[in-house]
Amino acid sequence: MGGCTTKLTAGAVIIEPGSSAKYETGSWRNFRPVVDEKKCTGCGMCWLFCPDSAVKKGKPATIDLRYCKGCGICANECPFKAIIMVPEGNR
Amino acid sequence: MRQVLTGNEAASIGAKLARVNVIAAYPITPQTAVVEKLSEYVANGELNAEYMRVESEHSALSACIGASAVGARTFTATSSQGLMLMSEMLFVVSGLRLPIVIANANRALSAPLNIWCDQQDSFAVRDSGCVQVYCENNQEIIDSIIQAYRVAEELLLPVMVCYDGYILSHTAEPVEVPDQAEVDKFLPPYKHPHPLEPEKPVTMGPVGVPEYYEEFRSMQQQAMLAAKHKLLEVDRDWGKRFGRRYGLFERYKSDDADILLLTAGSLSSSAKELIDRYRKRGEKVGLVKVRAYRPFPGEELVDALSHAKAVAVMEKDISIGWAGALFTDLSSAFVDVKKGPLIIDFICGLGGRDVSPLQIREALRAAAKAAETGEVKKPVRWLGLREKVVGLGM
Repeated sequence: MGGCTTKLTAGAVIIEPGSSAKYETGSWRNFRPVVDEKKCTGCGMCWLFCPDSAVKKGKPATIDLRYCKGCGICANECPFKAIIMVPEGNR
Repeated sequence: MRQVLTGNEAASIGAKLARVNVIAAYPITPQTAVVEKLSEYVANGELNAEYMRVESEHSALSACIGASAVGARTFTATSSQGLMLMSEMLFVVSGLRLPIVIANANRALSAPLNIWCDQQDSFAVRDSGCVQVYCENNQEIIDSIIQAYRVAEELLLPVMVCYDGYILSHTAEPVEVPDQAEVDKFLPPYKHPHPLEPEKPVTMGPVGVPEYYEEFRSMQQQAMLAAKHKLLEVDRDWGKRFGRRYGLFERYKSDDADILLLTAGSLSSSAKELIDRYRKRGEKVGLVKVRAYRPFPGEELVDALSHAKAVAVMEKDISIGWAGALFTDLSSAFVDVKKGPLIIDFICGLGGRDVSPLQIREALRAAAKAAETGEVKKPVRWLGLREKVVGLGM
């Protein structure tokens, strides 16, 4: 909805399938996941658990911050403690 | 064809003539006969519809939402506590813009438990975004149910057709039953613009974030205001085909009247009899019967009532702590009018108490007195209240 520029439909019916990608939810985030390139093995556990499909598999895994809400599940699940959650606003 | 029908039968036949596809309803006094009749029509093949048995009114309206979302013409009926249980879903129906038609046999609300007529149930959900129409007799019920689908489907708004429990629901009177072929010409098959359909997926009921929620409410308001014209347009077409018209409200000997009654529902018939008697004596009294309550025909009522010296609103509901709903809305319609009539609210007929000619006379006399003195000392009054038995209240 965030990027919606078309006319609204009666009853808020969304007539374009797969349009949820247009709704960027990254601004909801308080904590940002930061991947430690040295520790990451590319196992994909973070990718598997991410409820927002905001992780791109790879070595190292990368996070799509347009959608990451900062829930921290990836950091919790990472078997190698390769992801830490950093408060937004801090570098 | 002319038949002798109860109000409940008229509502059922109305739904049948509208060729509803899905009915989900839960029986409740005094609406029960609607459910019985419709299940009978489905069972004996007279009506080709899906009849869904559900465990409550909340489920009934929820089932209707699903059915309407896939594009079915959908009907339900209820009363009183049933409407209260539906109330959460009423807002969902209107918010999703599903054109469901709901028949409501008006009945008082608990507590104390009461199965008899007043209009508190439907007035209590006036803010739910449903069009509300109040019927005076059984002919108006059958006609309104069929008309309701045209209004609902052309504007994507739910419509509630209200009729007084027992006084209409259980009282038989002659009703002209419209011919099915004529109804088919009046009411084309329903086509939802974006139904739930696997071939062409859509999302219904998404989150309405603060950046968008208000716009959707404003779209509902626009549609509801358009419903004033739509109700009239559909009614005109109905009149051409079937010879009966109802309008947003009815003016009964009101054009030259100094004193006016404002009523809704079956009470209007009793009041008209009294108006006739007073007219014979040469007294300038009249009546305006509100048919469409939502959308509220405020400007139109101002036009119809402004010439009067005083208006007595008689209504079977009260917003406890202030006044009746009709009075409140009517008063707000006059807010910009410099020289409007004096308005008095009469709460009457609650919980099935009979509204007698004596009470109607009392209301007319009080309005006449206000007109004479130019002031309303007490704007909200009760008719027929036995003050001697009223306790301390706490």
